[in-house]
Amino acid sequence: MAKSPTSFRYDYAQSPPVDQVGIAERAARFTTRSIKTSTKREGLDMVLNMIDLTTLEGADTPRKVQQLCYKAGHLHDSIPGLPTTAAVCVYPPFVKVARKALGSNSPIKIASVATGFPSGHLTLEGKLEETQRAVADGADEVDMVISRGRFLSGDYEYVFDEIAAVKEACGKARLKVILETGELATLDNVRRASDIAMHAGADFIKTSTGKISSAATIPVTLVMLLAIRDYHFKSGNMVGMKPAGGISKSKLALHYLVMVKETLGSEWLSNEWFRFGASSLANDVLMQIAKIESGGDYQSPCYFSQD
Amino acid sequence: MDRLEILKTYKLYINGKFPRSESGRYYTPEGRGGKALGNICQSSRKDLRESVLAARGALGNWAPRAAFNRSQILYRMGEMLEGRRAQFEDELKQQGSTAAAARKEVETAIDLAVYYAGWCDKYQQVFSAVNPVSTAHFNFSVYEPVGVVAAIAPENSALAGLLGTLLPIIAGGNTCIVLASTGKPLSAITLAEVLATSDLPGGVVNILTGDRKELLPIFATHMDINSLVASDLTKTQIADIKQASVNNLKRIVIHKEDVSKLEDPYAILKTQEIKTTWHPIETSIAGGGKY
Amino acid sequence: MKKNTQWEYAPAPEAAKIAKIAKRYDHFINGKWTPPQSGNYFRTINPGNGRKLSEVADGNDADVDAAVKAARAAYEGPWGKMSGRERGKYIYRIARLMQERAREFSIIETLDGGKPIRESRDIDVPLAANHFFYTAGWADKLEYAFPNRKVASLGVAGQIIPWNFPLLMAAWKIAPALATGNTVVLKPAETTPLTALKLAEIIADSGLPEGVVNIVTGAGSTGAAIVNHPDIDKIAFTGSTGVGKLIQQTIANTDKRATLELGGKAANIILEDAAIDQAVEGIVNGIYFNQGHVCCAGSRLFIQESVYDEVIWKLKRRMRTLVVGDPLDKNTDIGAINSKEQLKTIQKYIQLGQEQGGEMYQPKCKLPAAGNWCPPTLFTNVTQSSVIAQEEIFGPVLAAQSFRTVPEVISKANNTPYGLSAGVWCDKGARLFQLTTQLEAGVVWGNTFNQFDPASPFGGFKESGFGREGGLHGLAAYLEM
Repeated sequence: MAKSPTSFRYDYAQSPPVDQVGIAERAARFTTRSIKTSTKREGLDMVLNMIDLTTLEGADTPRKVQQLCYKAGHLHDSIPGLPTTAAVCVYPPFVKVARKALGSNSPIKIASVATGFPSGHLTLEGKLEETQRAVADGADEVDMVISRGRFLSGDYEYVFDEIAAVKEACGKARLKVILETGELATLDNVRRASDIAMHAGADFIKTSTGKISSAATIPVTLVMLLAIRDYHFKSGNMVGMKPAGGISKSKLALHYLVMVKETLGSEWLSNEWFRFGASSLANDVLMQIAKIESGGDYQSPCYFSQD
Repeated sequence: MDRLEILKTYKLYINGKFPRSESGRYYTPEGRGGKALGNICQSSRKDLRESVLAARGALGNWAPRAAFNRSQILYRMGEMLEGRRAQFEDELKQQGSTAAAARKEVETAIDLAVYYAGWCDKYQQVFSAVNPVSTAHFNFSVYEPVGVVAAIAPENSALAGLLGTLLPIIAGGNTCIVLASTGKPLSAITLAEVLATSDLPGGVVNILTGDRKELLPIFATHMDINSLVASDLTKTQIADIKQASVNNLKRIVIHKEDVSKLEDPYAILKTQEIKTTWHPIETSIAGGGKY
Repeated sequence: MKKNTQWEYAPAPEAAKIAKIAKRYDHFINGKWTPPQSGNYFRTINPGNGRKLSEVADGNDADVDAAVKAARAAYEGPWGKMSGRERGKYIYRIARLMQERAREFSIIETLDGGKPIRESRDIDVPLAANHFFYTAGWADKLEYAFPNRKVASLGVAGQIIPWNFPLLMAAWKIAPALATGNTVVLKPAETTPLTALKLAEIIADSGLPEGVVNIVTGAGSTGAAIVNHPDIDKIAFTGSTGVGKLIQQTIANTDKRATLELGGKAANIILEDAAIDQAVEGIVNGIYFNQGHVCCAGSRLFIQESVYDEVIWKLKRRMRTLVVGDPLDKNTDIGAINSKEQLKTIQKYIQLGQEQGGEMYQPKCKLPAAGNWCPPTLFTNVTQSSVIAQEEIFGPVLAAQSFRTVPEVISKANNTPYGLSAGVWCDKGARLFQLTTQLEAGVVWGNTFNQFDPASPFGGFKESGFGREGGLHGLAAYLEM
């Protein structure tokens, strides 16, 4: 589903107010949904297939990235028929390594963080260059960060223009825009940042870098999903959503799917439109699936490869 | 030759004006030594209806006023009562009081006005509440006037009883229609003259004179009266008004105490509703950069 | 792999086994299970499948008289003499026992009344226990509640409660009566007697002196026996405005006190600057909570014209995600209508709404074959004078109207004999408080709806009744001052 470039500027005053307590109440309702039997198994497969398997550490090495790439395609070979993850997510210098490890026809996408991740404190030229290089090295997707300092000081024009410029630099690669919601302080800001990002051309909006204490939460994700729904209603364009950081348990991941289904509809329930940015979630899901496959035996992490 | 005395004409007090009863009816209660007190209006159901309209109309002016302003107006009533002490004492004597009792009753009445003037902007502070609910909400309960109140004043305490009845009602922001003592109506009409010149907006207090038995059922069944306050009723009368007022669930307040001495903030609360308001309290997203 | 399924929720029924329901229940009088003097019992039905759950004693005048005698004896005996501190300890004990058996209570509440297990588990039962817990602490602190007043208990309280929140209403009635030193004769509604009877088990377990709380089951005539009993000092009633008026009339020539918590037709007002999605959530919670069997339900929706289309679009979208069906399923949002009679009443109003020009919307939902069901219903294009905008329906039926200005909507919202609750959605504080101060209602929710808390007084203006329940102000209803 191709997306037409946005030709109009976003009126920053248009973002509606958000009531945090109301959002929290609605968010709590998603977590009371009880996901059982076939729905659970189907959901767990979906979750695996929506994961951007991630390594974003200063200590990353080519070997670590190779391991990650293998794991993305072979999550747990003793259970046949498991999906792969949606993507691997790495720092720009490892895109080439990942491309080599996955090959050119892999269904697993390569996502590269860019634009001075995680702080975003880099010159615009540097950001664009980094983006272009990642794409040239084989990245299918670029996860950029917005300039939160500029956003918080009210310079929305700057934030908009920067996203639009990075989008252009992406070429065919899909752009995920990280809002780093933990630094935005209010849900009103999350909403406004989501609107700006989508109008500036984001293919996905993403909650967090995973590098600060407050990462993805159900309430924050709900605000972003509502923004996506409104944007879709107004423009006809679908935008994807990626909560990242802090989602490490299957049960929580399933509640995210409940939220997506009830807020955006089941059209969004595929990895084209929804991703989890996570590193340890996959193994928890695998343990759940293994439990179901074994007829209910509780599992131990020792039997599931970490990398 | 002695000068011929000018007799006072006693009329009703409705919407800040002094009309005669639309019915043209009057009655002639007897005062001390069997002397006629004068031709007193015998209010009809239509007079009552007009008073309710006046009270309903004045509610939008009186209820939302600053409590401090209501306090000043009630205090002003006290000042004006003080200025007319002689006239009130004289009328009480005409209605049968001894000189000492008349003086005492006027003093009590003035003190009541000052007492309730002070409560106007304080009962809310004492009796409202902030409720510590378990959810992320600010929650508070405050008192609001019930609306239009009909008040049946006590029969024997023509001035202090009347004020003890109506002051708690208007101190709380209600408007009212007061039925004065049937046998001793003079003080009520003179009080109306005080009210008319006391900054109290017209219609906040309306005063009727006449026959209790005739008017009670009309008060009780009127659908636009929110509360009925009464003193000196018989058991049967109480049962009757309770039954008749069910049609709009009037709040019935039967004073068992002697209202002429009733200095009590709880009397104000009897013609109040409690409103509880909820509003969310936001929590910011925790976090902040620690890269 | 590319999934594009609807991902429907598989059934997730709560295991009902742990709930113990006897085949038959007697009255709970003077601490003992007492058979009805008439020997008659009536059936209580699961509205989710139409099957009989149990049968309960049909109370008559003699049963009520025995209960009142027991309550009087307890009042003049141990309970009346007990210190507030000791009374409070009993009430705390009841709260704790309820918490321990919460799961069983929520299952039975759902089986007997038809409400979704999510609500009985997350709202009704915990709130009921919390109500006992909150109120317990007042028992020895009453002198602080009413400054400069020496307060005294009233005596025997006769309490009649409805079927929409069977256990919660029992808690709202019993807890303050006990904390203030009164004794109780309580009659649960005839369609939902079971949780009150389970509460009697807890009361027996708590060691509360015999006769302090008596529970007599039955229908309208049993309630009338309570209202008419000469040795009852206080009537507390929650139910319809019609019955409330009848009670007030009946006790007019007695010294009985009364508190009445009656019907409502609450306005839920959406202003153009509101946080629309949260307002939509509030609309849904306001009218579809407990199948709309809620006296304070936000059944009249007022939307400012500039956002009318957006609100209706979002509301319909949200309505499509509501799960209607088996009340015991943990994913059910809207359960069974409480009784066949109530379903008929609701259907009559839905018919009238259409006849009077309203446009009806109901999302498609698969309803179970047996039991009483009504999908969430929205009427748009409703006029202020139509019946569905004026009368209390007590079902999942919402009547939407538009407005242009704040004074207009205040006047429309107040244009009703009821005055129980109201909701306002507005992002501007000053405007919000203009509305909350001018709306004639006992509970006003600003940017929220249908919130309840033991510390928060509840009760209405105008024909929605008088007296408050809950909070400090709720104590006054059971005290002589």
